[in-house]
Amino acid sequence: MSDANEPTGNAHQAWQRALDEGRFLIQRCGGCAQAVFQPRELCPHCGHGRLAFEAPAGTGTVYATTVVRRKPAEGGDYNVALIDLDEGCRLMSRVEGVPPAEVRIGQRVAARVQVSKDGKGLVLFDPLTAATATPAGAA
Amino acid sequence: MRPARTPDNRALRGACAIAGVATFGCGEAHGHDDMSLLAQAARLAVADAGLTMDDIDGIATCSAGASMWVMPAIEHLGINANYIDGTMLGGSSFIAHLLPAMRALASGQCNAVLVCYGSAQRTSTLSRGAIGQARRALDPQPYEQPYEPFMPASAYALAASRHMHQYGTTRRQLAEVAVAARAWAQLNPEAFMREPLSIDDVLNARMVSDPLSVRDCCLVTDGGGALVLVRSDRAKDLPHKPVHVLGAATACWNRQISSMPDLTVTAASQSGAQAYAMAGLAAKDMDVVALYDAFTINTLLFLEDLGFCAKGEAGPFVEGGAIAPGGRLAVNTNGGGLSCVHPGMYGIYTLIEGVRQLRGQGGERQVAGAKLALCHGNGGTLSSQATAILGTAETL
Ligand SMILES: [Zn+2]
Repeated sequence: MSDANEPTGNAHQAWQRALDEGRFLIQRCGGCAQAVFQPRELCPHCGHGRLAFEAPAGTGTVYATTVVRRKPAEGGDYNVALIDLDEGCRLMSRVEGVPPAEVRIGQRVAARVQVSKDGKGLVLFDPLTAATATPAGAA
Repeated sequence: MRPARTPDNRALRGACAIAGVATFGCGEAHGHDDMSLLAQAARLAVADAGLTMDDIDGIATCSAGASMWVMPAIEHLGINANYIDGTMLGGSSFIAHLLPAMRALASGQCNAVLVCYGSAQRTSTLSRGAIGQARRALDPQPYEQPYEPFMPASAYALAASRHMHQYGTTRRQLAEVAVAARAWAQLNPEAFMREPLSIDDVLNARMVSDPLSVRDCCLVTDGGGALVLVRSDRAKDLPHKPVHVLGAATACWNRQISSMPDLTVTAASQSGAQAYAMAGLAAKDMDVVALYDAFTINTLLFLEDLGFCAKGEAGPFVEGGAIAPGGRLAVNTNGGGLSCVHPGMYGIYTLIEGVRQLRGQGGERQVAGAKLALCHGNGGTLSSQATAILGTAETL
């Protein structure tokens, strides 16, 4: 089990600490067993007070996607997406490895952690394999 | 998210009426600040109600910037209030302020509630960049901010992407919303943008956050708005035909777009159902519809969630100018946040337009014989939703 069960700090701090060490964690509820993201102190589904951190498989599906338009001089366009993890929870992230406008809803993606020079961890996603999108309209 | 326990507010149906409304400084109001716009709108709304500031013993207001805004508003206006509401739910706030104010009026806690707002966000010397930076520090969202979504547009863009994927909604259908709003704005002298706008203009405009172009996004304007709410028996003796509040409800399911359970279904489905239940009415009864159109996708989502069409069918529903002047449903007759006015929080203008239509003050844009109006507010990033149903005396 992760350092999340240490008595100090809140759920967010524990999560960020692990992320900064390169580990992406989600929570699972000790009451209703549902996966939970974002990190919390109480289960939003059942109110249970014991949420344990675990490492997700890291695979998921693009739920929604947009391209934020930015001037080329300022770095150009980039993707922002909502990803449904296979464990059943959702998070905002960015899909890389394909042009931002080519990210597709239903596309299968895999998580990786990128740690910046100043030591901040960030969860990003890459396409799992080429052309794995589920048929449009699948909901 | 736990299921809502449905309240029974039927006893408050029609208990109160909006007796005065006013706008001030809509568009560009050089030389004004948030408070002066609020104060001028408040002065005009109280006068419109045939009252004086001495009659006001209740106040509801909030600001996107100042968290304790109701206190400086009280100080500025010199009001000694027995009822004070500073609830901040973003742009839906002023509709959300109605039901608690009705309860306070009905119980005798107060006799006249001033609901008021002002924002000089367009001409403010404080840059939007600086405001954004302050908000990121004071209202952190550490699970979204690192990805730099362009908020609020990107949140609505994500919802639009999902609606398009699930229901085949097109950018052209989104553009219909902006074009209809502009056509109404052309009939409203107060509207800020009144030049012609075509579907192609919207489709070819600069993209902001796909699939939304700049013409899918609301205006950034200055503006003040205010209304005065009294018990219905008192409203009968005041100058204007009373506009009764027949139903009102508020719902909130999430703050961040990443926490929204289903991007194609908003909490308007809950606030709307509760407001209809209180009013004993349904979508088909409404003559005028005022929806918080911060982005074109909002109008589609709210037409569905408020029962004007089935889920997923708002795209086809708005085609061919169906919500434009002369269409099948009069939506955002003032030109909406897309073309009339949008000073940060637009919600109060849906109520003001509803009242003006039910009083028959719509001028060129008047919906003939309008007796019932639905006014809907949205706050945050599809976060809070508040619905009010207004009616003339004959609907009581
Ligand atoms: Zn639980």
